Amino acid sequence: MLELKNICYEVEEDTAQKEIICGINLTVEEGKFIVITGPNGGGKSTLAKLIAGIVQPTSGQIIWNGTDITNMSITERARMGISFAFQQPVRFKGIQVVDLLRIASGKNLNVSEACQYLSEVGLCAKDYINREVNASLSGGELKRIEIATVLARGTSLSVFDEPEAGIDLWSFQNLIKVFERMQKKNENGSILVISHQERILNIADEIVVLANGQIREHGKREDILPCLLGTSSAVEACQQLQGGMEQ
Amino acid sequence: MMDEIQKRILAEVADLHTVPEGAYNIRTNGKMAARNTTANIDIISKEDGSGIDIHIKPHTKNESVHIPVVLSESGLKELVYNDFYIGEGSDVVIVAGCGIDNCGSHDSEHDGIHRFYVGKNAKVKYVEKHYGSGSGAGKRILNPGTEVYMEEDSSMEMEMVQIKGVDSTDRRTKAELKTGASLVVRERLMTHGDQSAFSTYEVYLNGEGASTDVVSRSVARDTSYQKFDSRIIGNAPCSGHTECDAIIMDKARILAVPQLEANNLDAALIHEAAIGKIAGEQIIKLMTLGLTEEEAEEQIINGFLK
Repeated sequence: MLELKNICYEVEEDTAQKEIICGINLTVEEGKFIVITGPNGGGKSTLAKLIAGIVQPTSGQIIWNGTDITNMSITERARMGISFAFQQPVRFKGIQVVDLLRIASGKNLNVSEACQYLSEVGLCAKDYINREVNASLSGGELKRIEIATVLARGTSLSVFDEPEAGIDLWSFQNLIKVFERMQKKNENGSILVISHQERILNIADEIVVLANGQIREHGKREDILPCLLGTSSAVEACQQLQGGMEQ
Repeated sequence: MMDEIQKRILAEVADLHTVPEGAYNIRTNGKMAARNTTANIDIISKEDGSGIDIHIKPHTKNESVHIPVVLSESGLKELVYNDFYIGEGSDVVIVAGCGIDNCGSHDSEHDGIHRFYVGKNAKVKYVEKHYGSGSGAGKRILNPGTEVYMEEDSSMEMEMVQIKGVDSTDRRTKAELKTGASLVVRERLMTHGDQSAFSTYEVYLNGEGASTDVVSRSVARDTSYQKFDSRIIGNAPCSGHTECDAIIMDKARILAVPQLEANNLDAALIHEAAIGKIAGEQIIKLMTLGLTEEEAEEQIINGFLK
């Protein structure tokens, strides 16, 4: 179980402090599929990076299965079972897909094991296993390899930052199947996805709406989704709804 | 008989764990330690003792020649000339390499001059690995000189690797290509401590349709210094590409000097050079997979030099 307690993250901008994340409290329970949505610039990616340890909060605590990991490094958190799929995957000259999968799994995977992870994300394994993770791969291919590395890790918390962005010819339906299989395989594993996509929101157990660095809504999909749908801007819709109710 | 140190160095520079198949000449501490010739490949010592001549008969196919050199005595300095005469239409692999283990206080140095005369339509794959080890204060110095003369429609692929332990190297490679000849060079270089490495290429494309691709990937660590100087001269309708891609670390310094000279309207020449440190996001990505910062750096460097 992951708990964020009163997390704030500030950056310095033109000598003034700017709050990117302000006072977030969030609990991700075991086995839950949670989607974080909201407008661009609302702090979603920052929140994911705070969980992975890529940025450090200005204040607040992050508790992972009862341990305070607020001051732990990226490596320590990864080894404790937190995985993170980047929104924009990183390229490496010379490192092959199979190398990355081996590092991710922490084992000397044989080729057929490594191929299995690639097949899961719809890549013809034999064409990709020895490819370099460099500029010769398209953005969509890289994105699927990024997801495969998280599958290879098989940790109890997997954080995906906009996994659907740039998934070229591969369909959403396949991405959703990946998440469903992950849940089936590891019933206690939690998945945290940052997404704007209705089809991903549709399979969430819980939805969190994040805007201006704060949680605007958090609840079961059945309660949150209806007010997000049917408008061009999900968050505005929610605000209108709330405003209407208050009046 | 070779001792354990010599065997270990031999494994590093030539991937040899036992005596190789085919033709070979193993030189240890300035003397010939073993030699084998085949029906198609002859190895003859030069009369003045300055090196060897390797003759490969025309149309020799799928054979290999290994000529590793091992220095394990401190203070030994040698200059060796090895000449390869590669017959028309042959297809061979040549593995050279030099390893120095210097545990003493005197400098050990091997300067090997390799000259290749590549016959018409011949195809050569050349692998050269350099390696240094030993904890002595004496330096391990390797100054290889390579000259390549390529006849019509011949092709050669050179893989030059120097990853560890050589204190100082000044490598000079010069090639002259006739019509339709093709030369590919893949260099991998890593320097650390206060090592210095100079790598110079000069490729003359003299015949119509001659082509070359000279690519160096290097990593400079600690306070080491590297200079990559690659020059392609197009004297005919030809195509050439040279590229230097370097990772700089710590307080190292790198100078890349790619040069192109076109003396013909139809010479198409390209150069690229890039020097930069390891991207922070690469390290972060590997850390999210559970590696420490140091392990991540090692993986990135190993991949880059693979």
